[in-house]
Parts: sequence; structure tokens; C-alpha cells
Amino acid sequence: MTSTGEAVQFWVLAVIAVGGALGMLLMRKAVHSALCLAATMLSLAVCYLAQGAVFLGVVQIVVYTGAIMMLFLFVVMLVGVSSADSLKEQLKGQRIAAVLCGVGFGVLLIAGLANARLSHFTGLSEANAEGNVQGLAKLIFTKYVWAFEVTGALLITAAIGAMVLTHRERVHERLTQRQLAAQRVKDNIQVPPMPAPGVYARHNAVDIPALLPDGTVAEDSVMGTLRERGQIRDVSQEMLRRMAELEESTADWLGRPSSARPQVAAPRQALETVPTKEEAE
Amino acid sequence: MNPVNYLYLAALLFTIGASGVLIRRNAIVLFMCVELMLNASNLALVTFSRMHGNLDGQILAFFTMVVAAAEVVVGLAIIVSIFRTRHSASVDDSNLMKL
Repeated sequence: MTSTGEAVQFWVLAVIAVGGALGMLLMRKAVHSALCLAATMLSLAVCYLAQGAVFLGVVQIVVYTGAIMMLFLFVVMLVGVSSADSLKEQLKGQRIAAVLCGVGFGVLLIAGLANARLSHFTGLSEANAEGNVQGLAKLIFTKYVWAFEVTGALLITAAIGAMVLTHRERVHERLTQRQLAAQRVKDNIQVPPMPAPGVYARHNAVDIPALLPDGTVAEDSVMGTLRERGQIRDVSQEMLRRMAELEESTADWLGRPSSARPQVAAPRQALETVPTKEEAE
Repeated sequence: MNPVNYLYLAALLFTIGASGVLIRRNAIVLFMCVELMLNASNLALVTFSRMHGNLDGQILAFFTMVVAAAEVVVGLAIIVSIFRTRHSASVDDSNLMKL
């Protein structure tokens, strides 16, 4: 039996760990899942510390929450933060079957544990007498030294494998600035620089396209990445609406009849987003 | 409190991770579920080590962590290269091996 303090700590940590795990399972965005998993891992680290596995507790924080979760977040950023799970089912009823399988597996596992004879409990005070790290070191460098060396080979293999997998061979020579300029003149599509984004002195955000003299949008003024994602904010409608209001109030003040009032172009429809690659296909 | 409760917690976390692998579609989240399963097994190993009063369980948990790190590195590299060619991290879209 353990102390009351450890029992309290266990129940608090167990709730956090299970909550984090469920959060990871149920959150739609990968970033939220990663943060939930980090919470679970931290609470597990405290569980290790409480159970006398001091070295493992620290390694859990440094390696898992520090290195592995940061690697996960890095890849999430690379792949796209907003990539959410699609709810479309490829196999019919697969999700329900998966939930049933999970519940059945959990029931079996926990029932098996409940039936196991786990009455005897030694505690680590004797094994940790010289210190946890010293005890582990003694085992690693004597009994498990072969496994330890194989682990080193595994890590090197993994590092090289990751480099090979993400490496891209450069097929063509990199074009110089001079060659790019020559190509641009040769193509004769857009010889001068692209127009800058923003509208007069009002908006200079990069996702707001410049307006052409007729109030339409110069799509080239927004960078290609934003265009591809469909993240273009269009202010031309608001400008036209304000202009119409201004004309209206001027006409009211001058007391013009409705027939003599100048016509302002009706607000355009919202800029339709540029189709993504899949839609274009 | 009986230390067996730690084993129940490990079993619960393992179950959640296993269901996550079956339910989720995003390859990165799938990997996180695998990590959760490895963590749950580590918790069980540490608890067993404490029950039996020797450190072999902790050594095994340590090796599990190392293998998990290697696995994550290679797995994430595969995900990145799939994402480069397919523009998607969903496991449903990776059906190129299928005719």
C-alpha cells in the first residue's frame, strides 16, 4: 500500500492523463491533439517520479515532452496547422466498429488485470539504495550492454533513414537571377514587378489585393501561397458601399431629385476563392 | 491506494491510444496515438519494476523510449515525404499501392 499523499497525487494525475488522452483522441486539429498529448506525458512523468523512477521521469520530460512533442509540432507546422480530419468515411461503419473494438479491448485488458494475482508488492527502496541512476547504470553497462549498443546502431540508422527519406536531389542547376530576368523578358507575360498589395493608405496587409481603376481586384498583387489557400480579403465591396453612402448623403444635402443622382456601381459579389489544385483537376 | 491502480491507468491509456489508431485519419495524430500506447506500456513497466523491487523494468522502459524516438523520427520523415507528393496527411489518401 502507498501513502495517502501518493494516492491523492495519483488520482489528480490520472484524471489529467486520461483527460489529455481523450482530448488527443477527440480534438479535430492536430495541434490541439499534440498539446493534449504533451499534458498526458507530463503527468505520466510525475507518475514515474512518484514511483521511484527518477531517471525515467526526467528522461520522459526531456525526451518525450521536449524532443518528440516538439518534433511533432514542427511537422504539424510543416504539413499545415489547419489540416483537420475529414469526416468522410471511406469504409462504411468503420468508426463505430473501431469504437466497439476499442471498448472491447479495454474491457478485456482491465478484466485481465483485475483477475491477475498482483498481491505481492516489494517497493524499490532496496533496489534504489545506491541511487536510481547508479542502479540503472550498473544494469545498462553490465547485463544489458549488448542491447544498449544495438540501440546506438538503431539510433544512427534512424537518423540516416530520416535524412534519406526527406532528402531531395536537385535535378536542375539552380537558376541565377540573370537567367530568371532573361526568362521573364522572353516569356513577356509580366515583365515589370508584380503590383503591391493593399488599397491606398487604408489597408496594407498582404492578404488584401490592390484594386484596379475600375474597382476590380488585381489578383497578382497577393502572393501565390495566400491565393492558393483562398485567404484573400477583399475590401472593394466595402469601398464601393462607402462611396455609395457618400454620394447619397451629398445628393441629400444638395437636395437633388433621385433621377439626377449619379449611379454608383453596385457592390460586387464577394471575390470567389481561387480553386485549389484538386478542384481544378 | 493499491499500486495496481497505476496498471489500470496504463491499460486505460493504452486502450485510448489503440482506439485512436483505429478512429483517426490524420497520419500525425495516428502517430501521437502510437506514442500514447508506448507511454502507457512504459507506465506499466515502471509499475511492475516497483512491484518486483528490481530495476529491470525501468531499463526496459528506457529502451522503449529510445526505440520510440527512433520510430518517431523515421515515421515523421515518411509523413513529410508523403505530404510532399500527395499534398495530404490523411491516411485515406495514401492508396497508391492499391490498383
